[in-house]
Amino acid sequence: MAVRPADLAVGAELRPRSGAWTTLGRFFRKKPLGAAGGVLMLAMALTAVFAEVLQTHDPIATDAAYTLGAPRAEHVFGTDHLGRDVYSRIVHGARVSLIVGLASTLLGSVLGGIIGLLSGYVGGKTDLIAQRVLDILQGLPLLVLAMVVSAALGPSIQNVIIAISVPIIPRAARVIRSSVLSIREMQYIEAARALGVRHLRTAFRHILPNTMGPFIVLCTAQLGSAILVEATLSFLSLGVPEPYPSWGRMLSVSATEYAQKAPHLVLFPGVAISLAVFGSNLLGDALRDVLDPRLRGA
Amino acid sequence: MKTYVLQRLVIAVLTLLGMSLVIFTLLRLAPGDIVDILFSTAGYVSPSEKQAIMKELGIDRPYWVQYLDWLRQIASGDLGKSYRYDLPAWQIIRPLLPVTLELAALSMVFAVALGVPTGVISAVRQDTGLDYVLRIFSLAGLSMPAFWLGMVIILTLVTWLQWIPPLTYVSPAQDLKLHAVQFLLPALAVGYRSSALIMRITRSALLEVLREDYIRTAWAKGQGGRVVIWRHALKNAMLPVITVIGIEFAFLIGGLVVTERVFNLPGVARFLVDAILWRDYPIVQNLVMFIAIVVILANLLVDMLYGVLDPRVRYGS
Repeated sequence: MAVRPADLAVGAELRPRSGAWTTLGRFFRKKPLGAAGGVLMLAMALTAVFAEVLQTHDPIATDAAYTLGAPRAEHVFGTDHLGRDVYSRIVHGARVSLIVGLASTLLGSVLGGIIGLLSGYVGGKTDLIAQRVLDILQGLPLLVLAMVVSAALGPSIQNVIIAISVPIIPRAARVIRSSVLSIREMQYIEAARALGVRHLRTAFRHILPNTMGPFIVLCTAQLGSAILVEATLSFLSLGVPEPYPSWGRMLSVSATEYAQKAPHLVLFPGVAISLAVFGSNLLGDALRDVLDPRLRGA
Repeated sequence: MKTYVLQRLVIAVLTLLGMSLVIFTLLRLAPGDIVDILFSTAGYVSPSEKQAIMKELGIDRPYWVQYLDWLRQIASGDLGKSYRYDLPAWQIIRPLLPVTLELAALSMVFAVALGVPTGVISAVRQDTGLDYVLRIFSLAGLSMPAFWLGMVIILTLVTWLQWIPPLTYVSPAQDLKLHAVQFLLPALAVGYRSSALIMRITRSALLEVLREDYIRTAWAKGQGGRVVIWRHALKNAMLPVITVIGIEFAFLIGGLVVTERVFNLPGVARFLVDAILWRDYPIVQNLVMFIAIVVILANLLVDMLYGVLDPRVRYGS
């Protein structure tokens, strides 16, 4: 599916020249909340990438002399029950949260997207069967399904990613299918078929690119929920295993146990989760308004 | 109507069958069988003893026999046995059910009571400062983990009011007031999240209805704002809201899983997590199936309600 240079040249000539910055500026003005969400997500991504630079301590180094320490200059967010620096663990937790969130969202959305594309394009009995199977996956509460998958596969980062992606598949398939159903009826698809373009090529080359808008909206919306599910699974010790610092795990048993003595153990990881999810929700809402007007306000 | 109900029922049964297959397969994927897990703490177990237990549990038979046997068991309403407690599962779950049901109902009431009015206000005052504040408020509800919100509520009470919530379950017969408080706090934490979804749907549904001709007619004939919005518009905007309430019911169970744990309430959801952590898979299998049945029934009920609430919906005429 290589893009020929000729295609690029034609596209560039036809499109009115509005630079990326102008577009971004317009987005900021029209959707201040979405822009705020974007800034939050960017901050999270930067934290995840530069965790080693931002950390003040080794996130897994323990300090028996200063356990459950209150926030002070040396440990800005305090220390946990093993004397580990909470701030450094939160910084590294951003990496775990973002990796698990992004990977599971992409895995679930791509798998679901392919199912949705094929089921919408082929239609008929295939579609009917696919829809019923998706009903089954969607019928179970998201967290319960993720919990069972995670328990069945055993604790590891890869398995958590799979566990979170499974419930995303039916949701992604629904979104892509419904947009494929309307694109399929367009005249240019008929034209492509008349020109003798094979089915598989029509589906992937001519229909798929036009579902990108809803796909991006879907991914942003699911990212927040994936981060939330990861936190919840880790909180229940069904998620990311030690020694990786995970926000949900930081809130787990130890935090509950020492909550009264060291409220900072509860406060900071929770704020981190909430901000990350809040950011992706804000961004997702704004992107939906811009890219997919049909779903506006839904 | 009759054919529609029948059709929905057949689909519901087929979906449940599919779910049972998914659940059954998933739990067979788990590393190690129940016998290994049961005896992992006991150290060495003689092979003959292991064989005897496998036979007793019926897991020496082929998978399809086990599956069919399990289906027959569920169909007859038998929830099996918990290996950890060595008791029939139903005997353990039954006292936990009222706790979860009460919590779910309270959360839902709270979610609707908060979500619908804020959604209406937000729609009527579209794009004003108030609308923005309410939307941020609801989005915050979607962003905070319910279990964390619960922890913060407890922590606030303890630190500022020096009031420690009861650590064990208080039955209404023991102390009605304490019981109410014990349930209201987690209901608040779980309901806030659901209210956010209800608020968003109410807002968008109402915005759509408010643009319709008959609403303009109502305004034109001089009807007051309150009557137009609450009687004319909201009635038609409620259909998607009810769908969400039905779907939310399923999500609520997910929210309860952690909240019951944080608030130390002996409910079914907390028991499910414990059973998963103890790897008491037979009971996990039955509990998840039980949840699936409840969810499907809730969805079926919502579908049926459509026809009653909205005469425009005609079932397969």
